[in-house]
Amino acid sequence: MTVDNLSPGTATSATDDITPAPARQLRTRGGSRSRRGISGWIVLLIIAAAALLMIFPFWIAIINGFKPAADYIQDGPISLPSQLDFSALVDFWRGVDFNRKLLNSVAISGSVALIAAVLSLLSAFAIGIGRIKGRVWILAVFMVAFTIPQEALVYPLFVLTRDLGLYDTLAGVIIILAVLQSAFGTYMLSSVLGAFPKEMLEAARLDGANRRQILGRIVLPLTRPTLSVLVTFFFIWTWNDFFLPLILLPSADNQTVSVALGALSGQYTSDPTALAAASLAGILPALVFFLIFQRTLMRGVNLGAVK
Amino acid sequence: MTSLIGLPPRSTGAPVRRSRLLGTERPAGYWLYILPGALGFLAVVLVPFAMNVYYSLTTWSGVGEPQFVGLDNYAQLIGDATFWTSFRNSALFIVAMAVIPTAIGVLLAAVLFDFIAPRFGTRTSSLLRALFYLPQILPIAVAGVLWKWMYQPEYGIINTLLSSVDLDGLRQNWLGDSDLAIYSVMNVLIWLQIGYTVVLFMAGLSRVDPALHEAAELDGAGWWQRFRMITLVQLRPEIAVVLITTSVAALKVFAPIFVLTRGGPGTSTIVPAYFSFSNFFTTTRVGYGAAVATVLAILVTIIAVALLRYQTRTTEGFDDDGR
Repeated sequence: MTVDNLSPGTATSATDDITPAPARQLRTRGGSRSRRGISGWIVLLIIAAAALLMIFPFWIAIINGFKPAADYIQDGPISLPSQLDFSALVDFWRGVDFNRKLLNSVAISGSVALIAAVLSLLSAFAIGIGRIKGRVWILAVFMVAFTIPQEALVYPLFVLTRDLGLYDTLAGVIIILAVLQSAFGTYMLSSVLGAFPKEMLEAARLDGANRRQILGRIVLPLTRPTLSVLVTFFFIWTWNDFFLPLILLPSADNQTVSVALGALSGQYTSDPTALAAASLAGILPALVFFLIFQRTLMRGVNLGAVK
Repeated sequence: MTSLIGLPPRSTGAPVRRSRLLGTERPAGYWLYILPGALGFLAVVLVPFAMNVYYSLTTWSGVGEPQFVGLDNYAQLIGDATFWTSFRNSALFIVAMAVIPTAIGVLLAAVLFDFIAPRFGTRTSSLLRALFYLPQILPIAVAGVLWKWMYQPEYGIINTLLSSVDLDGLRQNWLGDSDLAIYSVMNVLIWLQIGYTVVLFMAGLSRVDPALHEAAELDGAGWWQRFRMITLVQLRPEIAVVLITTSVAALKVFAPIFVLTRGGPGTSTIVPAYFSFSNFFTTTRVGYGAAVATVLAILVTIIAVALLRYQTRTTEGFDDDGR
């Protein structure tokens, strides 16, 4: 799961408002404006400059992704494009068949997210509600699945998928990533279900509900908010995943967006705006997800911390 | 944050027994629900890891039969300079992904939270936080392509900018110089990680009792004093968790190296993950690659267990020396 190694899962909304209590109180005292002072403005200026430096690479990718190559050669990377030129973006899009990669990524990420959520819910039901014996150990063992470096699994997985005819198929990658991510989901959901109101389960049992009905009619509806956070994270983690898709999906027709971009090195380096356009193509879906999922991600601030 | 481990409390046994009387429950039936997850785990994690350990005890090129050689691969690792370089680079990446982002993140979070927000409003501080966070949404591979393009020696933006301010002497082959490449990669990792620490620490700060700051302020403590005496102390659990999780991530770094340098020039930016990958698929020394991966897995597991123990301890309230 941590193929990209950088805790990609900790996406959280960066725009939600945590209103610090001191701020509120100071404002009611009416002192907020007078307290700004010169030092306040200087600090703001420094922080704002640092923030602009952080997003500078995005800016530079955007302006150069739309820049005619001639502009770049003449005026360099900083200047604004003299006209909006989509040719570099279009060339890249066609050249790597980006639609195909988007489709693969959506199919893989979507399937992994759903399958992993179902697996997590089933296991967590047994652990959190069923309180099966040895559950502490079972959870500890599951933990291994998302801390272990995938390098320690990849060659056997390569051999096994090849023997089973799942090598270079979306299904193979989907099964593997779903299992790896469900380990994390099981871990999260088990603690949620462990705190499930017992009276409700008791009442359902007295009414003659069997396990399947308890899961489907009581547990599932009540854990839907947690599940939606999990599904969102699974989707984004899978989207960003690099290592296993790189190795288990070698053919161009099965590649994901991440792998298609990561494998670019070498090509497209002669044209100065081509890589900017490629980056832009990779940035766009990420931005879209960020905007769509913002509110869900916000609820999961701490979710990825373990990864 | 500190309660990521919330194991369900032990069963009282009563509900199960009662429902068994009602004839609707067989306690063993719950095992059916964990079966799919357990089988998956067996097939995707347990068996492959066991196979990997076995491979690490053999010489094998991926075709034909593996030759059992005992601990030879491990003995060879100890004398392999590349192996040690890869772990030395991992140590540098712990600096770039754990130490520096944590230091910058704490400071930025504190400034945004109780310097900028009180003076300029929470909208300003939230916007700034969003800007710092932005790199985190990118797939690593995309971030790698973007930086590779900026580092490009002839037309890349960094060198072009240096020339435009008449600092041609500072132009570098950022990723092509074996002394410099590792720092160029570290720079990308810092850029990626800062947003993560800022957001987590700001979330941590919002649970700190504002009365602490107000009391200190009334006592005449300046911002810097309050930062040292209150913020740093109160954020200790978050800082510990962030340091451990990001260190684990730093040990596993693969994609940035694959995209930016492929371990080069020479072996100057090689990391254990890339080293085992190249043994598996480039030089097809599968046994040797498996040994590297096994060592890495053991190291990561040790750190992860340390994290788990820390979390369980703080959750159960044994760690009360901070309060």
